[in-house]
Order: sequence, then structure tokens, then C-alpha cells
Amino acid sequence: MQVTRLLVVLLLSIYSQLALATLPIQLWQTSAGTWVYFVESRGLPILDISVDFDAGSSTDTPETSGRASLTLQLLNLGAGGLSEDQIAKSLADVGAELGGRFDQDRAGVSLRTLSSARERNQALDILGRVIQHPEFREEVLERERTRVITGLKEVDTKPDHIASHTLKKMLYGSHPYGLRSSGEITSLELLQRKDLLDLYQSRYLAGSAVISIMGDVSRAEAAAIAEALTKGLPQGKLSVTLPAVLPPAAETRRIAHPASQSHILLAYPGLRRDDPDFFPLVVGNYVLGGGGFVSRLMQEIRQNRGLAYSVYSSFSPLRQEGPFEIGLQTKKEQSEESLRITQQVLAKFIAGGPTQKELIAAKQNIIGGFPLRLDSNKKIIDHLAMIGFYNLPLTYLDDYVKAIGKVTTLQVKKAFQRRIKQDGMVTVVVGAVEKK
Amino acid sequence: MSLNHRASILSLGLKIALAAVTSIVIPLSSGALANPHEYKLSNGLRLIVKEDHRSPVVISQIWYKAGSIDELNGATGVAHVLEHMMFKGTEKVPGGEFSKRIAAAGGRENAFTGRDYTAYFQQLHKSRLPLAMELESDRMRNLILTKGEFTKEIQVVMEERRLRTDDKPHALVHEKMMAAAYQAHPYQRPIIGWMNDLENMRVLDAKEWYDRWYAPNNAILVVVGDVKPREVFALAQKYYGGIMPRPLVPLALRKPQTEPVQVGIKRLTVKAPAKLPYLTMGYHAPTLRNASTDWEPYALEMLAGVLDGNESARLNKELVRERRIANSAGAGYDSTARGPGMFYLYGTPSEGKTASELEAAFRVEMDKLMLDGVTEEELARVKAQVVANHVFRLDSMFYQAMQIGQLESVGLSYRDLEVMVKKLQAVTAEQVREVAKKYVKDDSLTVAVLDPQPLEQKLPSTGSGGLRH
Repeated sequence: MQVTRLLVVLLLSIYSQLALATLPIQLWQTSAGTWVYFVESRGLPILDISVDFDAGSSTDTPETSGRASLTLQLLNLGAGGLSEDQIAKSLADVGAELGGRFDQDRAGVSLRTLSSARERNQALDILGRVIQHPEFREEVLERERTRVITGLKEVDTKPDHIASHTLKKMLYGSHPYGLRSSGEITSLELLQRKDLLDLYQSRYLAGSAVISIMGDVSRAEAAAIAEALTKGLPQGKLSVTLPAVLPPAAETRRIAHPASQSHILLAYPGLRRDDPDFFPLVVGNYVLGGGGFVSRLMQEIRQNRGLAYSVYSSFSPLRQEGPFEIGLQTKKEQSEESLRITQQVLAKFIAGGPTQKELIAAKQNIIGGFPLRLDSNKKIIDHLAMIGFYNLPLTYLDDYVKAIGKVTTLQVKKAFQRRIKQDGMVTVVVGAVEKK
Repeated sequence: MSLNHRASILSLGLKIALAAVTSIVIPLSSGALANPHEYKLSNGLRLIVKEDHRSPVVISQIWYKAGSIDELNGATGVAHVLEHMMFKGTEKVPGGEFSKRIAAAGGRENAFTGRDYTAYFQQLHKSRLPLAMELESDRMRNLILTKGEFTKEIQVVMEERRLRTDDKPHALVHEKMMAAAYQAHPYQRPIIGWMNDLENMRVLDAKEWYDRWYAPNNAILVVVGDVKPREVFALAQKYYGGIMPRPLVPLALRKPQTEPVQVGIKRLTVKAPAKLPYLTMGYHAPTLRNASTDWEPYALEMLAGVLDGNESARLNKELVRERRIANSAGAGYDSTARGPGMFYLYGTPSEGKTASELEAAFRVEMDKLMLDGVTEEELARVKAQVVANHVFRLDSMFYQAMQIGQLESVGLSYRDLEVMVKKLQAVTAEQVREVAKKYVKDDSLTVAVLDPQPLEQKLPSTGSGGLRH
């Protein structure tokens, strides 16, 4: 035990040197008030940029559900005087990739381009138009709305989507986190061009946006890029207040479906980004069901009984409490048995917490594996964007490793007992053995 | 989020094939970009090391030249089942220990089975490479297969099949289409295996598979990361050097099982719970045999790119945006495989449109292309993406290792990459038109359509849906 504990300390020290040495984040504000997070990296001729806005699906209401998602989706389908086809061609001609990132809190646009002048300039020109001068053309809105609705009708037949959609509603009730990010057919049908414009004008604000830049440019070049990307954004800054997440009404819902497997999901409100219980819950979750093949759920459900191919537990931290979720799929004849065992594993874990051995194994993996989270430009810019969006300290990554190292078994147990009320959980079984 | 251990690559083709369009290496500048080092151990194990010093990590992958293509009727899925069983322990490293030790080293590990290969990998801090080699070399020869573990794991594999195929209408369409398109070639069989074969599989089947194919002279070890090639070679010598080779059929001598020429269109319908129809059309096509002298596979890659390589490509522009006949539409082709290739068109009709209307629209597009050819502008655009995507892929060590392993395990060489790039860049508009005319024809076409069934209605023949018996 002494030896293994020493190993953790050792890994910790190796890691902290490494992180400080490899991720020097530079931070400044553009003249429009946008914070810029920059890491210079000359190893590959690539430039990655991410621009994130406070415009996720929690800005929707039941009446406008789908508005935030559709707004983001339409940004590059006509902007700055260019048609969607001109935009697509212009990006493809230089091999650039434009992507989106969307969740309850965030709407983001990401660009990956070669860093050579011609490619970079052309790609940045497009990115600038897309975030600063989207047009939300009527005919495009009409077409995309139809496509989204058609897509919803399709996913509403899929057991995994039915399960997660239902679970989210049960978990969050009337809180905006309970809205489906892609919207509902009835609300989508009523959305007008003006609704999208309004959201854009009120939420894609220079003062609240965060720009992350990673790759093959100098600090001066990065500064010029950030200036150009933000001077035409709607000016202003907003202070976001989301309602508090309340405990859900405990319920188990069984929904019939012709699939051969049942999709089983259990949830409870979990972690905030600034949560005081963040690290004990992260370490505990590794032991419970986050540590892939070595977790307790994996052992009991898959290894010992062959009940499922995949079983996991996860926290998805958000501005307010994101979901703590457990999920698995199993042939429907054994769904009740699997649910019962899952509940037993969780109950035992909450009651007793992890063993000392499990705690050490969890720390070894999280700390020892930290370099793998930062081994590509892509992964680094994702961290930059997250740190920037949630206004976390620049030392976040180093602090993270240190904080993991300090977690005790007792802290994990207490945190789970305080935060995860098993009696209050919501549960969905889609593809239950039909009884109705 | 959820970690699906022991994943298999099940739906090759379709979108994955698109990735292949952009997966070809361009030699931009030498130095860091072009450095694989190659070694061969006396027992036949080949080692390819690629340096990437951007981060203090390493990925180690071992590729066995045995995939579902090597399976026999009645034992379909055994390559993948053995992949699962490879985590069940040896004398030195009992069941579950492999994953535990890699996890405790901060590592990630998994495995995947394809049509042409089975591969295992670990990603970790560079200082832990010896551990990965120690564990991986141990299970190359010392796996203990027990009936007890097999009995549980085969249940897991059946759940995997339900999850990934039986309850996924598009995957089901793809599986049945392949079964119809190939009459003789083993690509007709799903990688995960038919359910009835899984139900009747025994531990002995897995044992026989392991003994036949798991040997150093049937494997390629690929290491990419912050390493010194000579040191990796020394490690490989130390851990793998003592494993004896086995008599086995080398790649070049395995039976080709050449698919007889198709002599007319084939059509099939698949019923499954869904809202929208789905259409996929597969045309028999060649794959790369000689990277220097072949040209058609490169032209087919470009054809797929012109149709579906970017947002402004023909299918999205014409069928989704302008004519609005499709909710989504794509094309795919993978030029590298041990067996034959297939060129795909696939899509979902818009609401109110039928699969046959979408098929007709695909035909209009292809006829137009065969008549007028493609423009230089379109071709240049696809080539620009090829260049950029190659560079982008260098951001991922995992991908760099994948690229080397895949080529090597289908009988090509990582050295062919440079040639492949030059050849791709050299494809002409006329060549694209030529391969379209030659291969996109009804006589070698299989069309599969998903006929969506309402959720309320029970599927025929079983109480619980799917394909089971």
C-alpha cells in the first residue's frame, strides 16, 4: 500500500511539471471585450479556433424549444453576403473544417484550418462572416426546420433516444435543462426568422463570448485574428441567471418498444462546474462506473453476469447541476434483473464508498492518464474553450491533478451520500416487457 | 461518458469510407512527418515505429492478419469473440488484471475487429510502454480460455449484436445488403457473426482460432509517440522475441474466394421499426492491389469526394439543398481492403418522398456525371481537402497508428502512402468519369431499402423483434 501511494505522489509530480511546461495559456481581452485564450504550438501547420457563446438550449422555453440549436445551425448557411454554397465552397477550397458545439449552456463555432497564409486567411474570412453577419435566410430556415422535424420523427422511434429524452424531462421538470436541445416538433413549427435574429442579437455578444486559439500562429497574429472576429459581433455583455435545479420527483417509467433490448437509464442532478464536491464525485464515479472496464458496474453487470455490452455511470458538469446518469442495454427478458443489480451496486457504493485500494487505482488512472487528455491540439483547444467559457482559473488543469490527488475515501462516500439520493432518482426502461 | 470496451468496427463502408477519401498521406515536408522506422524480429514479427514528440505519450497497437474474412460458415463472428476473450487472462496475468494494470498506469486500452484484421491497443505515458508490451506479448501465446468465462462473454457479444445491429435499422440494412451483394466472398458475412452462430459457438471454436492465427509471424506491432525507435525495438525484442512462430498461411497464399461476376441487379427490402425509409445502393468495385500501377481505386476515391466530400459536393447540394428530395445523401468508397471493394450511394428521403424517388434522383446525378464529367474546380476542391485532412490527421497519434496498421494488414505497405498521394493528386476529370461509367452500372448493383414499420406493430416471426430464432 505504501508503495502504491508513493506512486501516486510520483505521478503527480511528474505531471505537474509537464502541464506547466506544456500548456502556457495566454489570456487577454479584445477591444470589443471578448476574452481570448491562446496557446501557441508550432509542431504542426494547423490553426484551431473556437468561439463560444452563452446561447445553449437553456435559453429556450417550452414555446421556443429548438430555437438556440437552429440559430447555431443556420449561422453558416448564408452570411456576410455569401450564400451557403459559396461558404461551403470557400471552406472546402482550402480544406478547412467548420464545426459546431452545442449543449444546454453553450453554442460554439469551431474552425480548423491549415496555418499557411492563403488557407488561413480564406478560412478566417468565412468564420468572421459566419459569427458576425449571419443572415438567417427565410428559405434556408424553412428547409432546415423541415429537416430537423423529419429527423426528430425518426429519432423518436429509436429506443436510446426515447430513453434519454424521457429521462431528461423527468430529471429536470420545468427547468430549461429538461428541454430537448434540438427542440420539439410543435415549437419548431412556430419559429420565425425574427426569433433566431433576436436570440443572435441578445446572446452572441462580444462581451460574453470566449475565443480560444490553439496552434501555429504568433501571439500578435492571434490578437489580430481575435480583433477581426469580434469587432462586428453584437456589442454588450449579459449576466446569466439560470433557475436552480430542484430534486426530481422520483419515478420509474416503463415504455414499450419492439426492440430486442431494453435501454435502461437512471439519473439524478449531478455536478456544477464550480461544484465544491467536484473532485470527490469525479473520483468516486471512476470507481462506480466511469472507469471503463475496471468499474464496479462493469464488473457486476458485464464481467460477472454477461448482462450487457456497455454499462456506465457519468457526471456531465454544467453551469447548474448537469445529470448524473447510469445507463445500460440488455435483452428485454433480463431488464428487471439488470436494473435490480444496478441499483444494488449503486446502493452499496453510496453506503460504503470506495475501498482504499479502489481510491488509489482511480487516482492512478486519472492522474497518470492526464497527459492523454492533452496529447493533441484538438483536445487542448477543447479544454481551453471549457476553461474560458466557465471562467475557470488558468491553473485549472494543474489544480485538477492536485485536487484529485487529495481526495479521500471518506470524502467520496460523504459526497455521494450528500448528493445522490437514490430514493429520489428517475428511471426509464424503454423496451420493457410489455404489460400494458 | 460511456466506454464501450472491446468495440468492433462493424460498419465499414458508408461514412467510414468517406474518411478513407481523406486519409491519404501527402508528403508535405520531410522530417517529423515522414519517419516510420521498420524492424523485423527473427520470429517474423514486424515492428513499425513512428516518432511524434509533441506530447509525452505513446500508442502501441498490435495487428493480427486475421479478421472475419478468414472465418468459415457456422463459426461466423469467432474473430470478434476471440478478441473479447483476449482479456480473460493468462497464467501470469489472470482475468481482469490486464485492464487493471493498464488503468493503474494511467492508460487506456481497447481492441477492434475488422473484416481483414483484429487489433489491440494501449495508450499511455511513454514511460509505461514496457508494461503495454509485457502484457500484450504475454497474451499473444499464453491465453487461457475457459468454458466458464466463454459462457458469460458470448452473452456479452450477443448483447453487442442486439445493440449494434438487430435494433439498429440502418445497420441491419447494411448487413443484409452485404449478404446479398456477395454470394461467395466472405465479405457477405457480418463481422459480429450471425446470431445463430454465436448461440452455437463453443470455447473450442475460439481456441482453434487463437491457435491458428495468433503468432508473431502473423502480426504487426505499430508504435507511435514520444519514443526512440531503437529503444522500442529493444523492448520488442525483449518481450516478443522469445515467442515461437507458427506454421500458418501467409496473406498472399490465402484463398482469394473471388466473387463471381454479378450479372444483374439485386434488390432487397428490410422491415424494421423506424419512421423514414432508407436506401443504400452498392456497386462492386476494385480495391488497391498495386499502389504504383493501379489507377482506378484513386479515381473512385475522387468520385466519392466529388459526390460527398464536402458540404458543397454534388449530393448534398443537389439532393438535399436544391431538389430537397433527401434529408441526407452520401457516397462512400474504401480503396484499401484484402477483398473486393464496393462503391456506395445512400440516403434518407425527405418526408413524403419514397426510397424509389431517391433512387431515381441518385441515378439522375450519376447519369449527369457520366455524361458531362466533373469540373476541374470540383476535382481541385477534393484534392485540397485531401492535403488538408492529411495534415489534420497528424494531430492524432491514434490515427497515425491506425493508418499504418490498416495498410500493413491488408497486404499493402506504409511506404505506399507516398505513392498513393501522388496518384490521388494525379487523378484527372476524365478518369473520374471513366470509373463512374465502368463501375456504376446496374448489372453489378445491389439496392437495399428499409421499409419502416410502426412501433406499435409487432414484427413478424418473433415476439421481441430483431432477427433472433
